[in-house]
Amino acid sequence: MLPADLTSRGQHVLAVCNACRYCEGYCPVFPAMEQHRVFTQGDLVYLANLCHDCGECLYACQYAPPHEFGIDVPRTMAELRVASYQEHSWPGALSGSFKSVSAMGATVLTVACLAMVLVVALATGTGFPSFLSVLSGGDGDADFYGVMSHGAMVWLFGGVGIGLVCALAISTRRMWLEMSGTAARSAPPVIPTILPAILRASTDAATLRHLHGSGEDCVGAEELRLPWRRWCHHATVYGFLLCFASTSVAAVYHVVFGWRAPYAYSSLPVVLGSIGGIGLLVGPAGLLALRGLRDSARSYAPQQSLDSVFIASLFLVSLTGCLLLLLRTTAAMPSLLIVHLGLVLALFVTLPYGKFVHGLYRTAALVRFALDNTSRAALERQRMEGTAP
Amino acid sequence: MTASSLRFDVAVLGGGNAGLCAAITAAEAGASVVVIESAPRAFRGGNSRHTRNLRCMHEAPSDLLSGAYSQTEYVQDVLSVTGGRTDRALADIVVRESAGCPAWMMQHGVRFQPALRGTLHLDRTNAFFLGGGKALLNSYYSAAARLGVTVMYDTEVVGLDIAGRECRAVTINTEGRERSVAPGSVVLAAGGFEANLSWLAESWGEAARNFVVRGTPYNKGRVLKLVLDGGAQAVGDATQMHAVAVDARAPVYDGGIVTRLDCIPLGIVVNRDAVRFYDEGEDAWPKRYAVWGRLIAQQPGQIGFVIVDAKVQDRFMPSVFPPIAAPSIAELAVLLGLSADVLERTVATFNEGVRPGRFDHAVLDDCRTEGLSPNKSHWAQRIETPPFWAYPLRPGVTFTYLGVRVDASGRVLMNAGPATNVFAAGEMMAGNILGAGYVAGLGMTIGTVFGRIAGEEAARIAAS
Repeated sequence: MLPADLTSRGQHVLAVCNACRYCEGYCPVFPAMEQHRVFTQGDLVYLANLCHDCGECLYACQYAPPHEFGIDVPRTMAELRVASYQEHSWPGALSGSFKSVSAMGATVLTVACLAMVLVVALATGTGFPSFLSVLSGGDGDADFYGVMSHGAMVWLFGGVGIGLVCALAISTRRMWLEMSGTAARSAPPVIPTILPAILRASTDAATLRHLHGSGEDCVGAEELRLPWRRWCHHATVYGFLLCFASTSVAAVYHVVFGWRAPYAYSSLPVVLGSIGGIGLLVGPAGLLALRGLRDSARSYAPQQSLDSVFIASLFLVSLTGCLLLLLRTTAAMPSLLIVHLGLVLALFVTLPYGKFVHGLYRTAALVRFALDNTSRAALERQRMEGTAP
Repeated sequence: MTASSLRFDVAVLGGGNAGLCAAITAAEAGASVVVIESAPRAFRGGNSRHTRNLRCMHEAPSDLLSGAYSQTEYVQDVLSVTGGRTDRALADIVVRESAGCPAWMMQHGVRFQPALRGTLHLDRTNAFFLGGGKALLNSYYSAAARLGVTVMYDTEVVGLDIAGRECRAVTINTEGRERSVAPGSVVLAAGGFEANLSWLAESWGEAARNFVVRGTPYNKGRVLKLVLDGGAQAVGDATQMHAVAVDARAPVYDGGIVTRLDCIPLGIVVNRDAVRFYDEGEDAWPKRYAVWGRLIAQQPGQIGFVIVDAKVQDRFMPSVFPPIAAPSIAELAVLLGLSADVLERTVATFNEGVRPGRFDHAVLDDCRTEGLSPNKSHWAQRIETPPFWAYPLRPGVTFTYLGVRVDASGRVLMNAGPATNVFAAGEMMAGNILGAGYVAGLGMTIGTVFGRIAGEEAARIAAS
């Protein structure tokens, strides 16, 4: 359950918006809102996750603070959103991460992951039996599996990977059920309608359509509309995916063809990973830098902390990965590998409990929006044909 | 008075839609421009913040507007709602020039959106601002800044030095002290006196104390009074205004669009004596909504109640205040503080008068009553399906019509003749076209058209 005061505040804000509607053309949140006169908690969660935080509706609002109505839609959506992340994350015991993120906590977790990786490396690596030998480095032959065996890497990261995929799947399903309300439970959508909706939602997500759907980009401050937030986000997401592709290709090379790492600089895994790594450096750095341009009225501290931790962890993973690539034949390789793998482990472990979830939940909201549009269009057609129930 | 005057070619008094259109036009013509805005930055723009569209003539469909809305039809609508109380030459200018407004607006950063859902008929005649009037103002202020226009917020005009037909200086109060502005020419765009309940009480009496001011609390009519006292000819009468029925629970100032109720055509309206007093279905809502403010103002206690039944509850835009609901008319009467007997009789009489017809909210349908006084001409349906909803109504004043008389170039007409360097735009001169009544979107059109005209003329005068 969302906190009661947050729910009633959300309902009040949406009641005002629903009676006004001047912002209808900015994004899907307003047309979606207009389907209701009364808002359930599920409606609030849906609309909050559909919101892309572009900021237009704050500067357009004649009721925004300091007006006595005090309507701040982006802020209210952000509060509902973060509360919904906490409510639906699985298992519930770990959901406290959404309420408060501390630098101390992040550091402790990272150090723990580094330690874990070091232990596994020392236990399974053939070339480096002791911590000192790791520090003093190898003989320059970029023998990653001498530091930690391939099997250990697969089991460790594969195991954690499966765990995080399960956690994400469970929490996304819970979010989907909440956003769809009773309709989803009683009559799940049929394949002919759900597939086009998923396709539509995925395209919207992949292009960040709703960050520039009204013709101009999202607002950092009043009348300041730049495309950089969108481009840095693209660099981050596609960088991440390219790195993922790189690892997958390398897995195929290893398992299917028996070609072991390290791969040539011109090889497919390295090329994919390099381009991805650059994206994953430029994107996060850009997003953090753009924060400085942002109007302070647009920042919500809990959301901001989640963002910062995630951006920083992506950046560091990419930085250490790039360094590893460049320095793989030096004495620093074993240490760098431990650090890089430790950071990757920390990223994996925190993926379901931080900012990353917004990608899945917002896409789910877009799927619901597409489904509602299809059924509304169908109903309109029926009405015009005279075949409506 | 300080020794040094602020010198500008054009001083625009008022930072709303009309003022900004004038300032931008004057600046583009090469004038140095200052905008004097009495509100703080957060509340800049007067009533324009609450607007959402303007009514435009067009010959063919476009991205913004469907179908066509000819000059003839537009002028006829103005004549119809004003009952002929309009300066025909000036009305013709507004209608003709309205066609070119959207393009000019877009050039200056204003974005448009499709007509809002739930606003019947308006997609053919009215172009809606994306994000509404506040977003429009943001675009204009941004454009004005790029053009080097100076804006002074929290600055009130406290004096106009008018000698005969010329304005020689404007005295302003800014940052706690008085200063003088010596302009080449002046554009008056400071709004009406709608937020001045004392001035309204001069013509409405104590009834004015029960009015709701829909928009900005800053439009007290100070500049209007100064220029009328300085010898400008007045136009219109002090009781005329654009006023709609708003929810009685609205705040006294600045409630804006969300307090307006659009369900009147779908139900019946009774006064505190529980009797009906006007044809709720007289004409299409965009042409009739503005008579209801005046009608409620004329009722005892300036209070009314709109009553609808369950059949129509999804057919109108939701209000921000919840409806007062009851399972029967008698119980509803108790909640509203009305006589249950009289209200039941009113509803029963109404229902008996309803003739069979085919209900269609989108057209002037044939659902009407017969034999009642007053009858309901359209959308009359029996009120018999519980739950019954009611909303209490008060007159909500948007803007007042008493203003300054102008000529075709926006020049203010003084008793001594046309002013040499004083122009007006927006609410301050809308009364030239709106002698009475209103049609949706016309206010912003008047402001945009005459703002541009006044800005151009003011720049020309200042240059010569």
